[in-house]
This record gives sequence, structure tokens and C-alpha cells, in this order.
Amino acid sequence: METEPQFFETNAAPTVVGQPMNRVDGWAKVTGHAKYSAEYNQLPGLVHAVLVTSPVAKGRVQRIESSAAQKQPGVLAIFTHENLPKLAKTPDAPADKAALNSPMGFMPMTSDQVHYAGQTVAVVVADTLERAQYAASLVKVIIAPEAPVSSYQDPKAQLYVPKSVKGMPGVTKRGDAQAAVQKAPMQLAATYTHATIHHNYMEPGATTAHWEAADRLTIYETTQGVSETQKTVSLMLGLATEQVRVITKYLGGGFGSKAWVWPHTVYAALIAKAVGRPVKLVLTRPQNFTSMGHREEQQQTLRLGATKEGKLLGIVYDKTATTSPWDDYAETNSRIIGMLYHLPAYEATYRLAKSNVMTSTATRAPGDMPGSFAIECSMDDLAAQLGLDPIQLRLLNYADIDSSTGHPWSSKSLKECYARGAELIGWNKRNPKAGATREGKLLVGMGMATGSYPVHNSQGNARVRLYADGRAVVQAGATDLGTGTYTIITQVAADSLGIPPENVRFELGDTVLPSTQWSGGSTAAGRVSSSVYLAVQEVWQKLIKLAVMDKKSPLYGAKSADVAAEKGRLQLKANPGKGEAFGEVMKRASLGDIEGSALGRYGSNYEAPQTTANADPNKKENAAEHSMHAFGAHFCEVHVDPELGTIRISKWVSVIGAGRILNPKTARSQVIGGSTMGIGAALMEQTVRDPHLARYTNASLADYHVPVNADIPEMTVEFIDEHDPYVNAMGVKGIGEISIVGVTAAVANAVFHATGRRLRDLPMTPNKVLAALREPA
Amino acid sequence: MSSDLFPPADTPPPADDSRRTFMKQAGGIFGFALAAPLAGQAERLTAYSKTVTGATTLTLRINGQPRTVQAEPRVTLLDALRERLDLTGTKKGCDHGQCGACTVLVDGKRVNSCLTLAITAQGKEITTIEGLAKGDELHPMQAAFLKHDGFQCGYCTPGQILSGVACVQEGHAKTDDQCREWMSGNLCRCGAYANILAAVREVADKA
Ligand code: FES
Ligand code: FES
Repeated sequence: METEPQFFETNAAPTVVGQPMNRVDGWAKVTGHAKYSAEYNQLPGLVHAVLVTSPVAKGRVQRIESSAAQKQPGVLAIFTHENLPKLAKTPDAPADKAALNSPMGFMPMTSDQVHYAGQTVAVVVADTLERAQYAASLVKVIIAPEAPVSSYQDPKAQLYVPKSVKGMPGVTKRGDAQAAVQKAPMQLAATYTHATIHHNYMEPGATTAHWEAADRLTIYETTQGVSETQKTVSLMLGLATEQVRVITKYLGGGFGSKAWVWPHTVYAALIAKAVGRPVKLVLTRPQNFTSMGHREEQQQTLRLGATKEGKLLGIVYDKTATTSPWDDYAETNSRIIGMLYHLPAYEATYRLAKSNVMTSTATRAPGDMPGSFAIECSMDDLAAQLGLDPIQLRLLNYADIDSSTGHPWSSKSLKECYARGAELIGWNKRNPKAGATREGKLLVGMGMATGSYPVHNSQGNARVRLYADGRAVVQAGATDLGTGTYTIITQVAADSLGIPPENVRFELGDTVLPSTQWSGGSTAAGRVSSSVYLAVQEVWQKLIKLAVMDKKSPLYGAKSADVAAEKGRLQLKANPGKGEAFGEVMKRASLGDIEGSALGRYGSNYEAPQTTANADPNKKENAAEHSMHAFGAHFCEVHVDPELGTIRISKWVSVIGAGRILNPKTARSQVIGGSTMGIGAALMEQTVRDPHLARYTNASLADYHVPVNADIPEMTVEFIDEHDPYVNAMGVKGIGEISIVGVTAAVANAVFHATGRRLRDLPMTPNKVLAALREPA
Repeated sequence: MSSDLFPPADTPPPADDSRRTFMKQAGGIFGFALAAPLAGQAERLTAYSKTVTGATTLTLRINGQPRTVQAEPRVTLLDALRERLDLTGTKKGCDHGQCGACTVLVDGKRVNSCLTLAITAQGKEITTIEGLAKGDELHPMQAAFLKHDGFQCGYCTPGQILSGVACVQEGHAKTDDQCREWMSGNLCRCGAYANILAAVREVADKA
């Protein structure tokens, strides 16, 4: 780390970094020129593939009647488990699943097995979309049904404690939490339940697969990680990595679901080869509900013990959730519950039930988002029982170090977030008594909750080519989910190179570019910006070397270490007047351009470089000396209609401390976006699985309600200025996920304040509000 | 809540193929109030009706240019634009009139192009996102979206912008609450609503 330069040092007064610059890809997006993965129509002979899915959640395919479909005009082929070309590798064995980085330990259509409703059982290919769709409607799949298990709530469900979930042990113990809670003068226990949630990104999952030669495949894919997709697809097809090229120039949202290769992508590639034509496969909206994962339905029980003053003594935590027939997947909620406050004793247990549903997957702040609901509602309850202000109780339990690792924080501005958030929402005007504020017939409440999200480790490459005319091309195989990657990297490159952002072109989303990890886990901003910044440093090192050896340079004979680059000028550190512009050096050396490349490291990979040999975003993060997290607080005001049971959010404030904010405009958009999605989970979002048939009953955007414009009030977002030298060379922590952590609890806490009733079952739909209001407070 | 949120009772239904219109007309079947106009419409339809099967040549006026396309009668305007004319700026989010990503203007009115058959859009003026800017000069709504960061991923954006243009024209963006309500047919999963509102309201205030 000593040897790695930091942006803080070399760009003490940045020009565009930290400025609210408009998106550089904005023009393409507002004019309709941004090309998404299903929009590569110029491919010669492009045909369309449409999925046929199972209406049955469990059983075996007995027979497929496809002759009527086959006879339809334009139909090229129909694939089922009987004729799908064989894969080199499937994820069915656990070791293969890990090697493939597959989100599911099961590949549908490689056998007659049906394990969940909506599973693909056939794929129809035709020359036009309409013909493929119609033919698909004629395919009859006869399945011998068996009784499915619909969820962990199914009486047939068998609960078990898994060995581990996502690298975390099934049971974690720190101290004797059971005893601590039992002996505590203040004890509280509550159970929280969460409906199934779907990402419902606006751009449906889509793959356009094009074999440019017998051994060279290009796929245009809705993915958050082109390199990961390249790896998985090449392994499954039995190709070398470089034989597969993956392109994602624009992505219509992902929120975790597009972080993996799901089966339909592989089908598109297989089928394109089999029919000898480029294939476009776009999931219908209902198919998106059963093709790319979801956030699992779950139940959390939190028992806490505290002193009479309100200091936590211990927490015993249980999570019960639905998982698929093959995987032990669950969101790791226990992480945030164990680290958000000073906590001497902790015990957490996961219980899963294998059910007939596909494997759930990463969904914006996996674990921390639902986990924060349990801990932050419980803290609110504790405050109410003790007659303390909710913020005061949180300050009383403020964690000065990370209780889960014993490490100090790399930086933490949570106290400032509380103070500023309280100021912005007008917390001092809040009546401390719940259920005591009215506006006409409406009940008014104000609530808050803490958010936190870890700085996961990750690393990736970037390349910078600086031209003598002062323009630059910057490249990294990253993806921009809408998060602003195009823009923030342009800003970082511009300042590092000392050129205006208009002179920088940043290219991403292609495996021919330097590889970097996926955009997920809030890692991309810090990782990609660091790699670009360091690549620029390599450019400077090369140019400085040239200058000090060049007799015609004013820097001739100087020691390289004594020269620095400042806003595109190479000059002596001790005597900045002595130096010259980079263009001069290049011109004399007859260099039209010069390149630098670098590996950027993020999180513990950065602080503990010895761990870089095996960068794995899921591996233990306590290798470093610091515990690295972003922290923040959400505040809101709600109006509850006691007659209708409706909850309307009337004010929203988020204050976040997440290291350096590269662009406050795109950062604000991420935070309002995360808050909006969290408000959806709090108030309306739920996918309902039929308890008998294990089939979704509302797999459409008409029946699955995401927030609309009228649900969202004015939102105030602020960032606390943080200087964190431990997280990466740019000091960035990432904000895509902390933006949603704590949101559901902030709303529930406001509803509690408005009504005096605690709602612990999400979403808080009007029927639940009315039922709660019927109970005594 | 202010009363300008909802259309006055005597407003004629919009002359488009949106679900809103369909629902109103469908409702009318069971209510005698609309019986007369419906009968009139049925007569008109019969007069024009002829049987069309298989792919035929359709002429669509898109962004001021006549475009011909070979398509079957079942082809939606959305798929004609995206799959046959390579006008992919219009997005498909649900294909069922539930998300607004496919919003285009037909004779100046906002319409879900996924619920509109291309064949019925002949003879009408269709405006897509590609036709909104004048060369390099952005339409004020596009410029306002850029300025207020009224999007993240951009996938709902063409629909939001066209919906915003029509919303202002309809006079439904006069207050924040009214504008929120009348922009609620366009979903944005990136949650850019607060910024979309700022963009549409700014254009409305200048109009
Ligand atoms: S695609 Fe037309 S409304 Fe969703
Ligand atoms: S900008 Fe992504 S859905 Fe609206």
C-alpha cells in the first residue's frame, strides 16, 4: 500500500471529480440511441427464440407434442430436453456449480425433471418474433405432476440448518448470547416476515447470440459482468475463454439478478449454433419472474437483551427461509445484525427449507437489506419501551469498532449522518409520543433507521491511452447498470490526466477490454476508478522517464522520483516552474500516443495486498486491519389513513457517508433509487406463490406493484465528506446498496410513530395496517 | 388532495389504443350511457373492415417520414418499430400495457405501442424518441431529463420523455401532485421519479 499512489495526494484539488456533471451517456439515453442487448438487429439472418415454460412446479416431462408448432410457417426448430445439444459442463454437481460461478445447481432441460413452475421445458425458434411466440403457444408439454413444497411455510417443508450460506456458517456464536439475553434486565423478542421480492429491472433478460465462426461466439447479454459471463458460458460450452466475447454496452437495471449466467443465456448460445443463425432470446415479463432469481421470502426472529439504560448485552437471531431443491442459498442477514451496534454477545442461526422454486439470488444489498429491518425495528421498539429517543438509543449503542471482527473502522461518519438527517427532516419537532400527531384525519409519524453496507474486496484492470493531441481513450470491461460508471470514470480519467472530460472517451462492457469484476456489491465505482487512476500513473511514469532522459527537456537529468504530473504537466516537485506539458515530451519522442495499464484493488484486497493472489469477492473480508463499511441514515415522515389503512410517504431524507463521492448528481440518483425500491418493499412489493401449486399468482407488472411516481415524495439526499485512505486508491466506498439498507425499517418506524402499532410483516399493505389499528396500541 | 389530479367527468376519452381507453369503452358496454357512441363506432369499423391475413405492406408515418414495413396484422406497433424498422429507442418492458416503456406519440397523444397493432397506426403521425430532437438540438424535455438526471439505466427513459411531452401538452403537469399522478403510467425501476418530476415540471413551467 505504501507504494501505491493515492488520488488524495496527486489530485489535492480535483477539477471535475466530485462535481455534479451530467451523464456522459445521457445524450444516447435521451435520444434513444443507447443500444441494449436485444437491439442488435443488423446481425445477418437473425432469428427469434421463445421459451415454453412449465405450469407445474414438480414432476417429470412425459411427452411433448410439438408437431402442430413445427408445422407453423417460419418455425426453424423446437428444442426440448430430448434434443437440446449437450453441454460440456452443467452446474448440477456442487463442485461444478462453484467452478462455473453458476447461480443454480441445476440446469433445466438437460433431463425430464421439473423442479419449479416457470422452468423452461422447450424453446421454439422462428424467423419472426410473432411466429415464434405463436408456435410456442402450440407446444404441449405433458408433465406428470407431483405435490410440490411451496415455501418454508408449507406444512410439508423440512427445515434444516445448512453447513454454510454464502460462505457464512449456518450457526455463528460470539460469546454466550443465550445467557446474556436471558439474564438481561431488558428483554425483547420479535418476529419479522418478508414476502418474496423480484428485481423487476425494466429491461427484460435478453441474449443475442452470434457464432461468428465455428469456434467463436459473440453474445450481447443483459449482464452485470461481461467477464463472469464469458467464463461461465465458455466453460459450459466447452470453449476456451477467449473464444467467447460478451458485450453489454447498456444495461437496463440489474439489482443483482443480472450478475450471473442464467439458463436461457446458455440456450440461446446452443441454439444459435444448432440452427446456424444468430438468435435473439428475450424473456417475457412473466418469464422474468421465474428465470433470473428473486429475493427469497423469509422470517427473522430477533431476541435482544439490554441493560436498563438501553445498552445491548446480546442478540440471539434466527432466520428461516425458502431455498431451491439443490442449493443452500440464503441472504446473509446475520452480518449486519452482528456489526451495526456495539454487541458483546451474538448467536445467529440459519434454517432453510428446500422447496420447488428456483434458487433465490443477490438482490440489492443481499442480507443487509432485510437484516436491517429486524435490527432497526427492534432498536426502535427498545427505544420506545425505555422512553428514549430512537437516535439517542442508537448513539448509546454506537459501535466504535466492529464487534464482529474486533477491527477498527476504516472510516465512519454515522454520527454526522444522524445529526444532519435529524436537522433536515426536522426531528426536533417530532412529538416523542407515538400515535399523538394528526393532520386532519391522518395520523402522522416520523421515523429513522441506520444503514450500512460493507466494502467487499474486488479487483480489476484498466487501460489508458493518452494521445499527443490531448485526447484519451480509457478502457475497462466494466458495466454501467445505470449507476453512472461511464460518467464517474470519465471524470476520474480527466482529472488524473489533467485534460477536460470532453477529451476522454471511456469504453466499457466488452470482454475484449481489460477485464474487471462484475458491477455488483457496490464495488464498481471504487474498483474501476482506482484501476483507471493507477493506469494514468503508469502513463506518467513512462513519460517522466522519457523526459528525464531527453536532453531537450527542462527536466533532463532530474530523478524520476523528483518529478510529478500536475494537471497534465510534468514538473519538478521542488520547483514546479521547471517542467513541460506531456504533449511536448511526446512530440519530441515522436509518440502519437502512450499507454498505461493497472490493476485496481478495492477493499481488503487493497489494504492487505498479500491476499490479491486469489481475489474472490466472496472470501473472508477480515484479512485487512480495518473493517470497511459505508454508513448512513434514512429519515421519513408518513401519513397513515386510519380509515383506509393506506400509508403515504410525505418526506424523505437520506444522509450517507460513503467515502469520496465522485459525482453527487449520479450518486443522488442512486440513493433516491435505492430508497424508492426500499419504499416498494416496505409498502407494496410481494410476489405471491400459491401454497398448493407453488406457482406465482402475480407474475406481471400489473399485479406485482412497484412504486410509481405518485408514491414518491420529494427526496433530500446529502453525503458526509469522508476521507478514507484504506479502502482503495480513490477512497471510494460505493453507494448502490447502502441506499436501500434501513429503508423498510425507517418506514415501519415512522408508521409506529404515527399509529402506535408495530407492523412486522412486509409489505405493510392497507389490510395489515387496518388489522393493526383494530388491536389495542 | 387537489381536485386537478383527475380528468373532469365530461372529458372525452383519449383517441388512442391505450388500456385506459379500452377499459372505458369496455365499461361502456355494460352502461347505456356509452351505447350510442359505441354503436356508431361499430358501424364505422364495419364500413372499413376487410380481412387481412399474412404479411402485407404497411405504410407508417414515423417522425415525419413514410416508412414501409412487411408485417402480419398481429404485429404490434412496438414490434414493428423495434424488430422491423430498427427504431429500438422505443422499449419493451412488459408487452402488456403495464409499464409505459413503449410509449410513443400517435397524432400527438401518448400511446402504449405494445397495445397498438401496427396496421391500425397507418395514416397517423407517429413520433418516437428518435424523432424528438431537431438534429443535434435536444427537445426541451430531453434536455430537462439530462439536466435533472431523470434516469439511471435509461431503459424507461424514452417512454418517460414522450409521456412527459404529452403530459405537459395535456395540461397535466401544472402542479407537482398532478404531474406525479399523470406520470404514474410510466414505471421506473431505477427509481428516478423525484428527478423525472423535476424535469417534467420545469418544462411545464416554461411552456
Ligand atoms: S411494453 Fe408497453 S406498456 Fe410495457
Ligand atoms: S431509468 Fe432505469 S428504469 Fe427508469
